[in-house]
Amino acid sequence: MQTLIALVLVLILVPPAVAETIYVSNEQDNTVAVVDRATMTLQSAIEVGRRPRGMALSVDKKTLFVAEGDDNRIDVVDLAKRQVVGQLPSGADPEFFVVHPDGKLIFVANENDNLVSVVDIAGAKIIGTVDVGVEPEGMAVSADGRTVACTSETTSMVHLIDAGTLELIDNLLVDTRPRAAAFSVDGKQLWVSSEIRGTVTVFDTATRAQTGKIDFEVPGIRREGVQAVGIEMSRDGATAYVALGPANRIAEIDTKTFTVRRLYLVGQRPWHVALSDDQKQLISANGNSGDISFIDLENQEVVKSLPVGRGPWGVVIGP
Amino acid sequence: MKVHHALRALDGILRREMLRSLRQRARLFSAMVRPLVWLAIFAAGFRSVLGLSITPPYQTYVLYEVYVVPGLAAMMLLFHAMASSLAMVYDREMGSMRLLLTAPLPRWYLLAARLLASVIVGLPLVYLFLFVARFWDVRPPILGYVAVFPALVLSGLMLGAFGLLVSSMSTQMENFAGVMNFVIFPMFFTSTALYPIWRLAEAGPVLATIAAWNPFSSAVELIRFALYLRFDTVSMLVVVACLVAFFLASLAGYDPGRGLWARRGGEG
Repeated sequence: MQTLIALVLVLILVPPAVAETIYVSNEQDNTVAVVDRATMTLQSAIEVGRRPRGMALSVDKKTLFVAEGDDNRIDVVDLAKRQVVGQLPSGADPEFFVVHPDGKLIFVANENDNLVSVVDIAGAKIIGTVDVGVEPEGMAVSADGRTVACTSETTSMVHLIDAGTLELIDNLLVDTRPRAAAFSVDGKQLWVSSEIRGTVTVFDTATRAQTGKIDFEVPGIRREGVQAVGIEMSRDGATAYVALGPANRIAEIDTKTFTVRRLYLVGQRPWHVALSDDQKQLISANGNSGDISFIDLENQEVVKSLPVGRGPWGVVIGP
Repeated sequence: MKVHHALRALDGILRREMLRSLRQRARLFSAMVRPLVWLAIFAAGFRSVLGLSITPPYQTYVLYEVYVVPGLAAMMLLFHAMASSLAMVYDREMGSMRLLLTAPLPRWYLLAARLLASVIVGLPLVYLFLFVARFWDVRPPILGYVAVFPALVLSGLMLGAFGLLVSSMSTQMENFAGVMNFVIFPMFFTSTALYPIWRLAEAGPVLATIAAWNPFSSAVELIRFALYLRFDTVSMLVVVACLVAFFLASLAGYDPGRGLWARRGGEG
């Protein structure tokens, strides 16, 4: 009897493992794959518009926004229902976007129009545009919500936008074909990855001066084969993860010293990476091998690669 | 056959094997260096920096080093089994094996004891190699090192029984080069030790078929799966069946009354 009571107590007191769900945009399947993080299994696929790439959660984490590059819109996915429940305008060819921390606005890069469009979520309309360089792609917003960064692939610049006045603050030159941008957790640094040069450039956001550059070397792979794309920052600010594209690796970087701590072998051509809420697992979306890789950060090993569809591109982890 | 008598004989055989193995420093050393050369040099040439396709039991992309380690562990068992079987020829020629076979215990028991002793003596080196391989980032789960123990013993026994069979057929101890050429290399190269079966199938369906039927492949896969905490039933059954078949055949070979020994005139 005592054992039974103890067992019941244990069952009540020990909180169940937090269920998390991984969402992966399949660029060529026009779906968002739904994967259960705990069991590492594919659960379903949500039908979305054509060429889904960039994704982001709403601030309340109940909605997933998906940029549909070939449909010129953003689909609104209700995560409880797991289906598209609405649409937002995005301007032409949206590839990547960010949700402003106030939860009201979305900033979208319009690849073909050299614009950043600002979308009001509640009103479902574009309330402004900002002119940026050629082929804008990477988007980031600082935690305090004041600054939005946008990279332009062809101009090789990162543009800083005042989120309040929607005006350009500055343009900073970076290495060839910048892809992703990310603010450090404290907002003092801006990290920009360059796809063709295979580097990450770090700027001080106060002085806008370059304070660091990270080179990646994968033994046995020629330099052109190492490209830097998606960036993810750990919540404690100590680590950054960068997807190295055709090198099939994810780099783990010490943000203090700007040195690569280790490389993880994942599937072919990872585009983007996402950290789980407990910061113990990193997921990469591998575009060419059609799978996602689960990296156990505690044991520093890749534990599984799971097929999810054709052309995985973006990855978001939600409740 | 009394139990304590049988145990004493096993103890004696085990000690003798251990003593011999420890005295042969050069052989111990080369047994350790051989797989490391394969891992450090051969595997480096096949590094497959972009990762090998997912093959069970692996659940993700692995480097070639990771793939080849279980095969090299099995290779150590294979070399050990063959060297030990050649030592059997020496024993028989020099009379100590003959002495052993005259002990008042059943012949099958003495041969099985000799087989088991040989496997047990060979295992520490295999474990040493598996731990050294961690420096090449080949890091199976810790429990895998426990799970692989029965797989290594079973595979070692099967290869040892095969070695007994080979030694029962050979007449002189200078045969090691022949055994290398006609037994070890063909078995090793036509197995899944070095390449996954899909890669062999790309090279030629015949090669893939040979590899699939090669009992050494089963030993390799049994070890590979166990190391990653998986159980490969088919490989296990194949290894056990081969163990029984080889052992029975070698028993016939070692029976002075009939079999190959008699045909050779029972010399030695």
